[in-house]
Amino acid sequence: MRRQQAVAAWVLAVPFMALFLVFTAGPVLASLGMSFTDIRSTDMSSPFAVGFLGMENYTKLLADPLFQKVMVNTGLYVVLGVPLTMVLALAAAVGLNRVTRLQGLFRVGYYMPVVTSIVAVSVVWRFLLRDEGGLVNTALSWVGVNGPGWLDSTALALPSLVVMSAWRNLGTLMVIFLAGLQTIPMDVKEAAEVDGAGAWQRFRHITLPLLRPTLLFGAVITSIGYLQFFEEAFVMTKGGPLDATRSVTFFTYDQFSFGNYGYAAAASYLLFLAVVVLTLAQFKLFGEKE
Amino acid sequence: MTAMTSARPQGHRWVYLALTVGLILMVIPFAWMVLSSIKPDAEVRAVPPTWWPETVTLDNYRSLFDRLDFPLYFLNSTLVALAVTLGNVVFGSMLGYALAKLDFPGKRTLFALVLVTLMIPGVVTFVPLFVLTTNLGLTNTLAGIGLPFLAGPFGVFLMRQFISGLPDELIQAARVDGAGELRIFFSIILPLCGPALATLGILTFLTSWNNFLWPLVVAQTEDKYTLPVALALYSVGQNATKYGLLLAGAVVVVIPVIAVFLALQRYIMQGISMTGIK
Repeated sequence: MRRQQAVAAWVLAVPFMALFLVFTAGPVLASLGMSFTDIRSTDMSSPFAVGFLGMENYTKLLADPLFQKVMVNTGLYVVLGVPLTMVLALAAAVGLNRVTRLQGLFRVGYYMPVVTSIVAVSVVWRFLLRDEGGLVNTALSWVGVNGPGWLDSTALALPSLVVMSAWRNLGTLMVIFLAGLQTIPMDVKEAAEVDGAGAWQRFRHITLPLLRPTLLFGAVITSIGYLQFFEEAFVMTKGGPLDATRSVTFFTYDQFSFGNYGYAAAASYLLFLAVVVLTLAQFKLFGEKE
Repeated sequence: MTAMTSARPQGHRWVYLALTVGLILMVIPFAWMVLSSIKPDAEVRAVPPTWWPETVTLDNYRSLFDRLDFPLYFLNSTLVALAVTLGNVVFGSMLGYALAKLDFPGKRTLFALVLVTLMIPGVVTFVPLFVLTTNLGLTNTLAGIGLPFLAGPFGVFLMRQFISGLPDELIQAARVDGAGELRIFFSIILPLCGPALATLGILTFLTSWNNFLWPLVVAQTEDKYTLPVALALYSVGQNATKYGLLLAGAVVVVIPVIAVFLALQRYIMQGISMTGIK
């Protein structure tokens, strides 16, 4: 009986595993291997006959001023983007959780940008954020504000991309948070209400703690997303002005395009490391305490 | 108690107001995109901008479909997305069932592996994948664009979560009746997975449709472009200033997806909340 099950399980697992080994596990390891070599696009047909560099790609990366810049930028995407997206999503979810009529309409509307192509919405937002004739600055001019060239400024370009990303991404978290909110039993809140707790107190001392696992999950997936920031910058600013919006993924793509495969692989591994470290840190800091 | 109930509708009014303002902000970019795509180029770049088109024209769409190869890109995107969807639905439900209901050595390790894979950034694998694809002779082919995504961890995870919720008694009863393990999967479990398969299918299709980095790397001649690749390269290339054209391109990429989403949003919402809760 058990043997039959094991055989069936492996029959069911084999197609997935074969593809997984070839197209995921293999490349993950190969990428690590390549990061220790000087492999370039010209070595394509003989990927094993390349020079071994040890840690040289990594030391070179950490000393590369452009890589330092893209690391800082990527950090900013995470530090600005994750809280902004989470706060907006939580606000929307709390709001949605309090209404019954039109809830479906709001949910669909807030979620809609998530299903659309980042490239396409980036094209649209590039025009919305135009210095002259952009919708954003036109709206600002109605209240007497002379809006800047959002995407032409080294200081404003990155925050502008973050705002657009938060707009596009908040729907996912909103749906997840809403599902989390709906698992909080009504009687807990009602008991607190009877005890005289105000709306903010109930939110702060009941909703937030009970929602912690969901918030943690949201923080982790959102961080992983912002760490890989790329398409918005590719379309809206080409990484500029003066590399102000270039991210680690963008840098890796550039190095790949220049043919520096080993260097690109090393950069991608540092990003991978950042994903792992940030995820573990979040679980450690915000996870359930024993 | 009376004070509380009378305070409620007042509070609700503010909630509705805030939610409505938010909703308008979510929808405006799309509305402007559609309206501007039917304006002549000069009007799209007008200062101050117009909201409703003063002149309505389909020139931008004519350029997309006649001068540029958007029908072909549309076809490429569709073919790749269909293949990727099929792969994920089939392979994901197979392994998902094994992980949810069968007892076998290596099960826990395998599931842990799937979870870890969910965390791996796409940028980590694309350089070696490109070397592999080139050596397989698949660069600049649709197969090369789709193949690496045929079996993704998300599908396994989603299907495992769903199938775990199905009652074990079903399977045990079938075993008592003498049904083989694989038959149980195909004729008892799979027919019950309709909603989960729909969710997975839609989400995978959308992800593939919007996928950018890998198709950008693999598609080297225009005839292999997918929609996002074509749109992105046009928008940073020599068509960068053809605003109306680019917005019409964005409409072609976005509107079919929004239509599918509006029709099937129930499944998508279910899927998202399913991944979040447990």
